[in-house]
Amino acid sequence: MSLWQKLACVILTLVLCGSVAANWLAPAGYAKQYREATDAPPSRAHWLGTDEMGRDRFARVLYGTRISLLLAPAAALLSTLMAALIGGLAGYWGGIWARMAMAVTDLFLSLPWLFLLITARALMPLNVSPLVSVMVTFMLLGLLGWTTAARVLCTTAASLLGSDFVRQARAAGLPGQRLFWIHVVPNLKPVLYAQFWISIPVFILSEANLGILGLGVAEPMPSWGSLLKELEGLVSIGEEPWKFVPLILLVVVVTSFQVLLSKQEEMAA
Amino acid sequence: MRGLRWKIAGHASALVATVLLGGLLSATLVRLAPGFDADERELDPHLSAESVQALRDARHKSHNVFRFYLSYMKRAMTGDLGTSLALGQPVRTLLRDRAPLTLRLLAIGLALAWLLTLTLALSAARLRLSVYDTLTTAVSGTFLCIPAAVLALLSVLWNAPGALAIALIVFPHTYRYARNLLVKAYSRPHIITARAKGLGEARILFWHVVPVVTPQLLAVAGVSVSMAVGAAIPVEALCGLAGIGQLAWQAALARDLPLLVNITVLVTLVTLLANSSADVIGHVVRGQEV
Amino acid sequence: MRRHKRGFEQMTNTCGKAIAVAMLCLGFLLGHALAQGGGELRFCLRTEPKTFDPLKVEDDASAAIRYLTGGVLVRVNRQTQGLEPGLAVSWKVSKDGRQISFRLRSGVLFSDGTPFSAEDVAYTVQQLMDPALHSPTGDAFRSGVGNVETNVISPTQIAITFPAQVAGLDRLFDQVAILSGRSSKKEMAVLGPFTVADYKPGASVLLKRNPNYWKTDEQGRKLPYLDSIRLDIQPNRDVELLRFKRGELDLINSLDSEYFDKLAATSPQLVHDAGASLDSEQLWFNEVAKSPIPAYKKNWFRSANFRRAISEAINRDDLSRVVFHGHAQPAVGPFSPANKFWFNSKLGPQPYSSDAALKALQDEGFRMENGTLKDKDGNEVVFSIITNSGNKYRERMAVLIQDDLQKIGIHVNVVTLDFPSLIERMTQTFDYEAIILGLTNVDLDPNGEMNVWLSSSENHQWNPQQKAPETAWEAEIDRLMRAQASSSDPKKRKEAFDRVQEIVVEQEPFIFLINKNALSAVSAAVRGAAPVILSPQTFWNAERLTVAAK
Repeated sequence: MSLWQKLACVILTLVLCGSVAANWLAPAGYAKQYREATDAPPSRAHWLGTDEMGRDRFARVLYGTRISLLLAPAAALLSTLMAALIGGLAGYWGGIWARMAMAVTDLFLSLPWLFLLITARALMPLNVSPLVSVMVTFMLLGLLGWTTAARVLCTTAASLLGSDFVRQARAAGLPGQRLFWIHVVPNLKPVLYAQFWISIPVFILSEANLGILGLGVAEPMPSWGSLLKELEGLVSIGEEPWKFVPLILLVVVVTSFQVLLSKQEEMAA
Repeated sequence: MRGLRWKIAGHASALVATVLLGGLLSATLVRLAPGFDADERELDPHLSAESVQALRDARHKSHNVFRFYLSYMKRAMTGDLGTSLALGQPVRTLLRDRAPLTLRLLAIGLALAWLLTLTLALSAARLRLSVYDTLTTAVSGTFLCIPAAVLALLSVLWNAPGALAIALIVFPHTYRYARNLLVKAYSRPHIITARAKGLGEARILFWHVVPVVTPQLLAVAGVSVSMAVGAAIPVEALCGLAGIGQLAWQAALARDLPLLVNITVLVTLVTLLANSSADVIGHVVRGQEV
Repeated sequence: MRRHKRGFEQMTNTCGKAIAVAMLCLGFLLGHALAQGGGELRFCLRTEPKTFDPLKVEDDASAAIRYLTGGVLVRVNRQTQGLEPGLAVSWKVSKDGRQISFRLRSGVLFSDGTPFSAEDVAYTVQQLMDPALHSPTGDAFRSGVGNVETNVISPTQIAITFPAQVAGLDRLFDQVAILSGRSSKKEMAVLGPFTVADYKPGASVLLKRNPNYWKTDEQGRKLPYLDSIRLDIQPNRDVELLRFKRGELDLINSLDSEYFDKLAATSPQLVHDAGASLDSEQLWFNEVAKSPIPAYKKNWFRSANFRRAISEAINRDDLSRVVFHGHAQPAVGPFSPANKFWFNSKLGPQPYSSDAALKALQDEGFRMENGTLKDKDGNEVVFSIITNSGNKYRERMAVLIQDDLQKIGIHVNVVTLDFPSLIERMTQTFDYEAIILGLTNVDLDPNGEMNVWLSSSENHQWNPQQKAPETAWEAEIDRLMRAQASSSDPKKRKEAFDRVQEIVVEQEPFIFLINKNALSAVSAAVRGAAPVILSPQTFWNAERLTVAAK
C-alpha cells in the first residue's frame, strides 16, 4: 500500500468510527434544538456551531454520515451493476440489440424523470418512516443513474469484440457466456470504477435535491446532502467558513475512496 | 451506394421514431404525475367558483394524453408547437428566442469541460505520478461534490460566465472516465513496445492511443451533452440567463404540458444526435460498418 | 472707419443674440434636467410576468407592472391606507352600495396621445365584468347575478351600477387600471407614470417615463421624476441580495429576515422594517369528511379541543425569534394588528403552555404512554404536516412545531412537496393531514376573503365546498360574513367581522402562527423612499422617487 492509500484508509476509518460513535461523541443528538443559540459560530459546546434551528452541526455531520456513507455507495453499486448488464450485454451482442439498448438509454437520458419521482412520492404514505423514505430515494437514484456508464460500456464492449484476444478466444471455441464474463467484463472495469466513484457524491447531492419533492431524508434526520444545501446561502455565508466542513468532509471521503480504489483501477488497466 | 442510402434512411427513421416516442413518454409522465390538474391560481380567494371551475376545465382539455399528443403532432407539422400554459405565449416563439443562448452556453461549457478533461486526464495518464494523480482526483472530486446550484452562485459571485459553471459541473464526470480509459490505453503492451523502440510521445499518442480510446471517449462526449443540458437548468435559473434550461424549470413547476413535451422532444433530438454522431464516428474509427 | 465700427457693432449684436439664445436653451435644458433626470431605478421581479393586460393580472410580477403603468380612478395610499383621488377627482357610492359615480379629470391623455374620457372607463368596466374573463380583479366586483350597467353622463362623468351591493366598492377600483377603448395599442396605451418600453422574456422588463402622465408635484413639476425603471427577472434571493450589495440593484422589495440582519450589520441605513404586515402563516388540519385519512384521525382534527390544544403547544415566540429572527409577530387571529381598522383589538395573544395543552388533551381522553401520546382507542398520535418546498421559513416552522409537539408526545412527520402536488392534495384529493401555508397580499377589507370564510366556498380550506355548514360555528360565520358584505355601515360591518375573528380564535380551524414583518432594502442612492407594509412596499410612490447618479 502506498502512503496515500494508507492515509486514505486512516481517514475512512476515522470517519466510519465517528459515525458509529455518534451517540457518544454527540450525545445530545441531531434533533435537539438549542433555540437560544441559533446559527451560532463554533464554540466549546458546539464544535461546528449550530444551524438555523439551533441544532448542533457537528452532531448532524456525524449522524448524517451514517445515511450517506451507507446508502449512497449502495445506490452507486446498483447503478453500476445495471450499467454493466445493460451496456455490457448490449455491446457484446451488438447489432439490433445494441441499437435498441442505446435508443432506450438515450430516451432515459432525455425524459423528465422528475415526474416519475413525484409520482413515486405520491404513492408513498405521508407518514412513511424517514429511513424507508431515504432508502426508496436512493433506490430510485440507483435505478435511474445507470445511463451514462451504459453508453460508454456498450461502446467499450463493442470495441473489445474486435480485439485479438477475443477473436482468439472465440476461435478456440470458448462459449459466449464464459467469453463475456472472463474476457469482456474485466476489461470494462475502468469504466465501472469510474461510474461507481462518480455516482457516490452525485447521489448524495441528488438526495438533497429530491427533498423538494418530498423524497430524501425527512426532518429532523440529517444527511450530507441536506447539510450541503446550506452552501446555497453562499452569498451570506462567506464569513462563516465552518459551514464548508460538510463539503470538505465529502471531498476528503470521496477522494479517499478513489485513492483506495485506484489500486483496483491500476490492476484493471 | 443504394445500400448506404437505405442505411441512412433506416437510421434517420429510427431517430425520428425515438424522438416521437420520447415526446409521448414525456407527456405521459407529466400527465400521470400528481399536480397535473392543480393550478395555484385556484388558491386566490378573489376568484369566484365559476372562475375556479373554468381553470379546472382548461386543464381537462389535455387529460387524454394520446389525443393531446396526436393533435400536437398534427399541429407541429404546420409549425404550430402549441401555447405555453404557464406563460401564455406560443411555444415556438419561446424556444426560438431562448435556444441560441442555451446552445451557446452549452457549446462553450462543453468545450471548456473537455479542454480541462483532456488536459488533466492526459497528463495524469502520461505522468503516472501518484501525487499528481491524487491532486487531480481531489480537484475533480471537489467539483463533483459541490452542488450545481452552488457552482452557479459562485459564477454570479465572481462575475464568471455561466458557461464556466457548466464546464465545472460536467468536467468531473468526464474526467474520471477519460482518465481511466487513457491509463488503460497507455498500459497496453504495444505502447510499451513502441516506447522501447524509441517512438516519440506525440506519435504514440496520435497513432496508438487516440485510435484506441476515441470510440469510448466519443461515447462519453455524447453523454456529456446530456449532462450539460441538465446542468443548464440551475445555471440559467441562478445566473438569470433566459435560456431553455430556465424555461424547462418553469414548465416543470407549472406542469406546463405543451412546453414540457416540446422541450423533451428537443432534448431527445439533441441527445440522440450527439450520441448517434459519437457512435458513427466511433464505428468509422474502429473500421466497422455503421 | 465708420464702416468697420458698424460692422463690429453688428457682429457684437449677433454674438450677443446667439449667446442669449444659447443661454436660454441651456437654461431650458438644465431646468428640464433638474425637473426630470431622476435616473433609472432597478429592482427584481421574482417571477416572469404572465401578462401586460391589467385586467388579467393574477401574479405578483404582473401586479407590479400594473401598479407602475396603470392609471386608476382612485388610489389607496399605501402609507396612510386612505383613499385618494386618481383619475377621478371625486366619487360617490350610493346608500345601497350598488352604484358608484365618478367625476373624472379632464385634459388627460393616454401614453400614445389618445384622449381619456368616461367612455374609456365604461369600456374598461365592461371588459372587466365579461363573464369569460375569469380574473381576480373582475371577480372581486361580482356580488350577484346580472349585468353591470355603465352610464356615461358626460366625457368626465360616469355612473356604474352593479346588480347587488359590493362591499368596499370604491377601494376595489384601486386595482382597476383604465384601458383605452380607442387606441390601437390596446393595453399598452396606459395612463400611469410609466409605460412598458421593452420586454426581454426571462430576463427583464424596461419601463420608461410616460410623457403624457397627468400628475404633477406640489411645485408643478411633471411626474414621475425617474427616467426609467428596469425590472430584472430573478427568482433566487441570494443572487438578488448579491446584486444589491454590488450596487446593481436599488431596492429589494421583500427582504428575507436572515438577510435583513446580515445587511443591517454592515449597512443599517439600507434596511427597513416597517413592522407587522398583513400577511399571515397558518397551520390547519384536514376536516373534510370524505378525505382518505383514517377515521380516528378525522375525529381528532374535527375536535375544536384538539385543535386548541395543538395551538397552545406551539411556541409562537420561538417561531418569530428563531425562524424570522425577530422580524415577525406571533399571530393573534385571522387579521394582523397592522390592519388598524378591521383588527379586533379585544383579542389577546395566543397562549403557550405545553403542560396546559397536554392537560387539555388528557381531558379529551388522550393519554401519555412511554413518551407517546395515544387517543382513547390506543392509537398513537402521529400525523404529517405538509408544506410547499422551496419556502425555507415554512419548512423551518414545521420543524419547530415538530419539536414543540414532540414534547407532548405527538410525533409529527414533516413532508415538503412541490406546489402543484400540494395543491392537488389540498383541493382535489384531500389526501393530507395538516398543512402549513400562508395568506399573502391580503386585502385590508375582509370582503376580499369571503371565499375563505364562507363554508360553501372553494377556498374554505379546512373543509371546502360544504353543501350546508357542517358545524354551528361555520353557519354563524357564514351569516356574519354575508351580513357585513350587505351592509354599507362601516361600524356594523366591523362588529360582524369582529365576531368572526372571535369565533375563529375559539374554534381554531386555522391555527394562526405569525404575521411577518414587511422588510425591505433600499440603496442610499434612492431618494424619497418610505417603505410601508402594504404592497408594493418600497415602490408604492415610484412616481416621486429619484436615483442619484453614480
